[in-house]
Amino acid sequence: MEKKNNKLAILLNGIIKENPVLVLLLGTCPALATSSSVANGVGMGLSATAVLICSNIVISILRNVIPDKVRIPCYIVIIAGFVTVVQFVLQAYVPSLYASLGLFIPLIVVNCVILGRAEAFANKNNVIDSALDGIGIGLGFTLALGAMGAIRELFGAGTLLGITIIPEQFTIGFFGLAPGGFFVYGILIALLNAATKGKALKAKSFSCGVCPMYNSCNVAEANEEYLEKKGAEA
Amino acid sequence: MVNLIVIFMAVVLVNNFLLSQFLGVCSFLGVSNKMSSSVGMGGAVIFVMFIAELVTWPIQQLLNKFEIGYLQTVVFILVIASLVQFVEMFMKKFLPALQKALGIFLPLITTNCAILGATINAINYDYTYLQSIVYAVGAGVGYMVAMVLFAGVREEKLWDESGVPTPFKGVPMVLISATILSLSFMGFTGLFQ
Repeated sequence: MEKKNNKLAILLNGIIKENPVLVLLLGTCPALATSSSVANGVGMGLSATAVLICSNIVISILRNVIPDKVRIPCYIVIIAGFVTVVQFVLQAYVPSLYASLGLFIPLIVVNCVILGRAEAFANKNNVIDSALDGIGIGLGFTLALGAMGAIRELFGAGTLLGITIIPEQFTIGFFGLAPGGFFVYGILIALLNAATKGKALKAKSFSCGVCPMYNSCNVAEANEEYLEKKGAEA
Repeated sequence: MVNLIVIFMAVVLVNNFLLSQFLGVCSFLGVSNKMSSSVGMGGAVIFVMFIAELVTWPIQQLLNKFEIGYLQTVVFILVIASLVQFVEMFMKKFLPALQKALGIFLPLITTNCAILGATINAINYDYTYLQSIVYAVGAGVGYMVAMVLFAGVREEKLWDESGVPTPFKGVPMVLISATILSLSFMGFTGLFQ
């Protein structure tokens, strides 16, 4: 029973406690760009979820085979492979979604949520846990994008999933445009802060430390140099 | 020539990568808290965009020739990643001064979606070699402009932190100010057809 609870905790962790978009502040680019409607947001979320689950499983299987030094390029190759698969599937079965997401489908490769989970979870845990983590984080991502999409579509276009709710003369076009993305994201985080008295947010500010690549991107002494410089400035 | 200028200005102002296309927003929000690092990051992005475009456009032609255009995503990300590594090593050996200024930001850029986005966009728009290079440099310049402007806003603390309602302190306020900057860039819409 203990063990089962543990698995459930891994699954739920990503949806609420470590929601990638609203709590960890990851994957901001696709979150802002594809959340102009519910269908786009959820479509993007599910595509990323599919890639995340597959890449988590494969990386977890290979975690003892991949040499530590070249792990990031290996992860990128694995992720890029699955992104290409998703690209084909979307193009074949939901061409309208494929057209509206456009550039952001290939850009799932550089989505920091996926690379971040590979680095933080999949290369340390077994296959089943990694798959569950992928499902949880993916659903959290989808949920956040869906929520943002719902708000932006409702106020921006007056519709929800294409059904008109607010008559056209009362809509606020701002929400559907680029600034509306930043705005709704800010408001959602503020609401979360208000509801949990600021306890929920894991990342307190936008900085390099938020980035999952932070510990691994410093391929050489680049980061040491950076930190030294920072220390000297401070 | 006019065509090239239009491409350049359109991507700097109208379709600004950060503020209207949401490409590279992670680094935009992450690095823009300091003016000096914003300038460095902007410079590094322009540089990498340029060399990435220089290399990926011919590669796409090669892929098209062998009818394996669908490998675009995999090939581009690998080429960009290895290119950044190579350039870093090259600079360390031959251009230490430049390496000092830009080098620390280079590893960060590999997984920046703005770079991959610009290279894929240039292919999707059917640009010629010269046009795509101008497009990439323009995208980099637009990135730097937005970055420096926003760093100015954040560093100078143009809003009074004590007047901000508690739930909005920190992250939400940064996003709200990004909203206003993005809104001001909306003014350029329709400048070029």
